[in-house]
Amino acid sequence: MPLYYTQDHEWIDSDGTTGTVGITDYAQGQLGDITFVELPEAGSTLKKGDAPCVVDSVKAASDVYAPVSGTVTEANAALEGEPELVNTDPEQGGWLFRLTLADAGELEGLMDRAAYDEFVAGL
Amino acid sequence: MSEDDDQFEELEIEVLPLDAWHRERGGRMVEFAGYHMPVQYEGIIAEHLWTRGHAGLFDVSHMGQLELSGEGLDAAVEAVLPIDLSTLKLGMQRYSLLLDETGGVLDDLMVSRWPESLYVVVNGATKWDDLAHLREHLPDAITLNHLDDRALLALQGPDAFAALERHVSGEYPLSALTFMRFGLFELGGASVTISRSGYTGEDGFEISLPADAATGIADLLCGEPEVKPIGLGARDSLRLEAGLPLYGHDLGPDTSAIEAGLNFAINKRRRTEGGFLGADRVLRELAGGAPRKWVGLTLEGRQAAREGADVFAGDQKVGVLTSGGFSPSLEAPIATAYVTTAHTAPGTALEIEVRGKRLAATVTPLPFVPHRYHR
Repeated sequence: MPLYYTQDHEWIDSDGTTGTVGITDYAQGQLGDITFVELPEAGSTLKKGDAPCVVDSVKAASDVYAPVSGTVTEANAALEGEPELVNTDPEQGGWLFRLTLADAGELEGLMDRAAYDEFVAGL
Repeated sequence: MSEDDDQFEELEIEVLPLDAWHRERGGRMVEFAGYHMPVQYEGIIAEHLWTRGHAGLFDVSHMGQLELSGEGLDAAVEAVLPIDLSTLKLGMQRYSLLLDETGGVLDDLMVSRWPESLYVVVNGATKWDDLAHLREHLPDAITLNHLDDRALLALQGPDAFAALERHVSGEYPLSALTFMRFGLFELGGASVTISRSGYTGEDGFEISLPADAATGIADLLCGEPEVKPIGLGARDSLRLEAGLPLYGHDLGPDTSAIEAGLNFAINKRRRTEGGFLGADRVLRELAGGAPRKWVGLTLEGRQAAREGADVFAGDQKVGVLTSGGFSPSLEAPIATAYVTTAHTAPGTALEIEVRGKRLAATVTPLPFVPHRYHR
């Protein structure tokens, strides 16, 4: 289970040095059938709040924001052939990209699972 | 993440007869055309494919059902619509357009001949404006009755006939209805009118019924193994594959009937006689062609382009998307656009700009998925 969550429904699993980013199960449920994911390239530099990813569903295109700043090391190549992994396994196999963190301190502003669950329950 | 392109925008909200029914079935409700409507139940792709393979029940009760009657009805209506009512016999239905004086499209609609009147179905989001427009342009002798005590259901798909036939009775069998014909039937203890029509490209029916019978009839039809309730999301992807224009997106006051390729809605006699609102522009474009045309585009790759995206031929902007999304049947992104006529031949290679990138697209004849009407 990922360690950190944002109010924009991204998650990041991180040890403070590297991290893996995706969207939450709640987010995929709201988006519906995902048909395409535009992923960032390895090496690209992100600032917290940048929108390096676009998730296309049948009804809309949605930005995914970087929960922290850093440099992308890898994008999930499996999503090119199977974008529906974001629907079926959003918080594991449907991860979007990995990065090295610029500032581990940015993790402290994010929610843990319990706080995120409470946040979603209030929506 | 955030949705930046939600086409089901929030409006002032009213409740339709099947509101509780949708919620009980897990419908995710959104605001559409001023009403709470279900955008999906189990998922847009599954509902879309179910409709193409079996039968889907759509609640379209937000649409406006009107009855026009009175002395001199046909002549009065022909002064407004480009329809030829002399060939619209009892039991027939026809697609027509509500045009303004300059030939812009105010709405698209269906007109049926009832024994003493004309029955008209208009779009939900435009019905109040349509009523005002008709009232303004029809003489006082014509009575305009808004049938707001009626619900409207569409049953669409290759199994729609089999599922519906088990429950209807009438003076003649359901099989007597071919595409764009309607009749009076008994269904679930209620008196209903059924037309063989719809907006998915499939064989199917539209059922006008008393609002208080809607829940019982929806239960009855969804009790059939072929039938599932289908939301607005799949309704949109189905009509897009079928190349059918959606008012407010593909049609509007800034588009003309001929640009949209709706020449068939200007009935033959009216093309020579004119005499309807907007006739000047319609007849001029029929004779000389329109400067731009509504076309289908098939995109390469899997990324969809949406309404409002610009279309390019090289460096030159030649058009703009009016609809776009992922086609569940073709498993590819498709779109429709108004494009400068010189770039509209089938097979023409164009580009669509999406978030600063150019996506390759090809002009494709409509419909994207063949119609399967029962003619």
